[in-house]
Amino acid sequence: MDIHEYQAKVLLADFGMPIARGGIAYSPEQAAYRAMELGGEKWVVKAQIHSGARGKAGGIKVCATENEVMDAANELLGRRLVTNQTGSQGKLVGRLYIEEATDIDREIYLAFVLDRSSERIMCVASSAGGMDIEEIVETDPDAIVRVPIEPAVGMQDFQAREIAFALGMDSAQIAEAVKALKACYRAFRDLDATMVEVNPLVVTTDGRIIALDAKMGFDDNALFRRPQISELRDKSQEDAREMNAADRGLSYVGLDGNIGCIINGAGLAMATMDMIKHVGGEPANFLDIGGGASPERVAKAFNLVLSDEGVDAILVNIFAGINRCDWVAEGVIQAMQKLDVPVPVVVRLSGTNVELGRQILADSDIDLITAETLAEAAEKAVSAAQLHQSASTDVKEDRI
Amino acid sequence: MSIFLDQTTAVIVQGFTGRIGTFHAQEMIDYGTNLVGGVTPGKGGERHLERPVFNTVKDAVRDTGAVASVVFVPPPFAADAIMEAADAGIRFCVCVTDGIPAQDMMRVKRYMRRYRKEDRMTLTGPNCAGTISPGKAMMGIMPGHIYMQGNVGLIGRSGTLGYEAASQMKAMGIGISTGVGIGGDPINGSAFRDHLERFEQDPETNLVVMIGEIGGPQEAEAAAFARDHMQKPVLAYIAGLTAPRGRTMGHAGAIVTSAGESAAEKVEILRAAGVGIIVRPSEFGNAVAEALSKL
Repeated sequence: MDIHEYQAKVLLADFGMPIARGGIAYSPEQAAYRAMELGGEKWVVKAQIHSGARGKAGGIKVCATENEVMDAANELLGRRLVTNQTGSQGKLVGRLYIEEATDIDREIYLAFVLDRSSERIMCVASSAGGMDIEEIVETDPDAIVRVPIEPAVGMQDFQAREIAFALGMDSAQIAEAVKALKACYRAFRDLDATMVEVNPLVVTTDGRIIALDAKMGFDDNALFRRPQISELRDKSQEDAREMNAADRGLSYVGLDGNIGCIINGAGLAMATMDMIKHVGGEPANFLDIGGGASPERVAKAFNLVLSDEGVDAILVNIFAGINRCDWVAEGVIQAMQKLDVPVPVVVRLSGTNVELGRQILADSDIDLITAETLAEAAEKAVSAAQLHQSASTDVKEDRI
Repeated sequence: MSIFLDQTTAVIVQGFTGRIGTFHAQEMIDYGTNLVGGVTPGKGGERHLERPVFNTVKDAVRDTGAVASVVFVPPPFAADAIMEAADAGIRFCVCVTDGIPAQDMMRVKRYMRRYRKEDRMTLTGPNCAGTISPGKAMMGIMPGHIYMQGNVGLIGRSGTLGYEAASQMKAMGIGISTGVGIGGDPINGSAFRDHLERFEQDPETNLVVMIGEIGGPQEAEAAAFARDHMQKPVLAYIAGLTAPRGRTMGHAGAIVTSAGESAAEKVEILRAAGVGIIVRPSEFGNAVAEALSKL
């Protein structure tokens, strides 16, 4: 789960990370009022969306008067901001963070990640702040400091000092830098984060250290014990279809192809999508309906896949392990009887009672295409999608 | 021979009396597993499925001589259950539970390092289907009948994709010595590399198939191990060719975040290390048959 910049800053500040003063605004009037409350001569109006690279996309504006703040807020609120991380749809700007402007001396990259190789929380830092980490890896890989943290004792002062000195902090800033680093680490550990990124962490012209931007991601598996994090969820930032699926216990990821996929098991789902690609098609989605594959789940899956208008055919691939193919076959038939499925459906069953399951599909009067092997299923789905696509194009042309 | 598990291995179930634990314990008994009892704190002294229930894993080990455990404990309490097994002297543990917090697993791994290597429990999973030595015994949730006994070692992250591979092989008359599920989580008990080492030493395994996927460093580590330390041929399939970067594909660990984690990159790393690549997931059976014919 991701949260907004201003939420991450509040959380990090609770652990001792210095941040600039700021406030949230949902309307241009609130934005101007926030600026007035903060005082000073310069403010930054920052669009709050779940994405990095907002600056390049025009989502961050520096303003010198309260009127400028209001104009910037007017321009940003309600707009969909497209960054290089959001996809072409962009993300809706529903709230703004108004922050006092900071005079920057230098920018530092600081992150804590869950390192799968060392199986520890790792601090990743670079004196080349402002750029994203991929750019730093490409342009200046030697400038990156990596320090894994021993989970039994947590981050030690000496580790934080080593990082701070490596980042070129001068002696006067070390104590504050150590505090900032340990704040990030403790927030990561105590809140079950999967990522904390402060980019940039800045040294101001008067020598203070401030988190100028902040990004946090959290472990969905740990939300059961982090209700205060669950409360920060902003559903407007999530893909409606994926959210819908997650709320129904299904795991869905939308893609650009035209073959809808309904599969049980994440590995088999990815493999089936690969198979579609190998035979010249493109999957419209990843969808894991879980091991059970009950009729209810199959029906929900059909609804979900059909809500994508780009789908020209559906491939159902179920490996019945503990459950049985005859039961899954009944489920598919029930779901298709209830729903009006306007595209061809290819069904491939395997596993327990496969013969019986295939017989039930063959005997039903539902219009579906069956396949025995994975390759056959993918090939049939690709050609069915092509046929359906050209047929519907003909219909459209007839109307013209 | 098989690795970890055969019909003599004394197995207990943690989370024995729950609905899921009960169902799968019965399946394991029916398959021939030597299931000697189970643990549910607070229900010690009762009997369940005609076997004793214990309050603690230590009690179960002392009274039954159990050496292996299957964990069906819900996510908030599963890490604790794994550590209890490790501390009680269990040698092989399968954790089926899906949804354990990553930092819990980090602590489990750290905790297990306190034991000397020769005393340390081998953990597979979490979020895995389990381990099966076909024709002998199984620990987990897989449908036993789709596996045929034989001489191919199988290691995979995914449950159903592993079933697909096993049934393609069975259809061609190819059997499996042991099938090990390592699970789809970002931090797991053991990796491909650990099991390649076991299969290399197992006299009844002639060839190993590994089924990997996007995300994490474990396939690349396995590639280096296969290149440097293995005589037996290794074949690999990596799922997730069409997976976009930065998106979690069902398994918590199936996400490409850094260089070397995509399916295409992993395939290249494995190929360069001399591992045979199964390009299409429809070719598990054919690819294994061809590799076996060259032995």
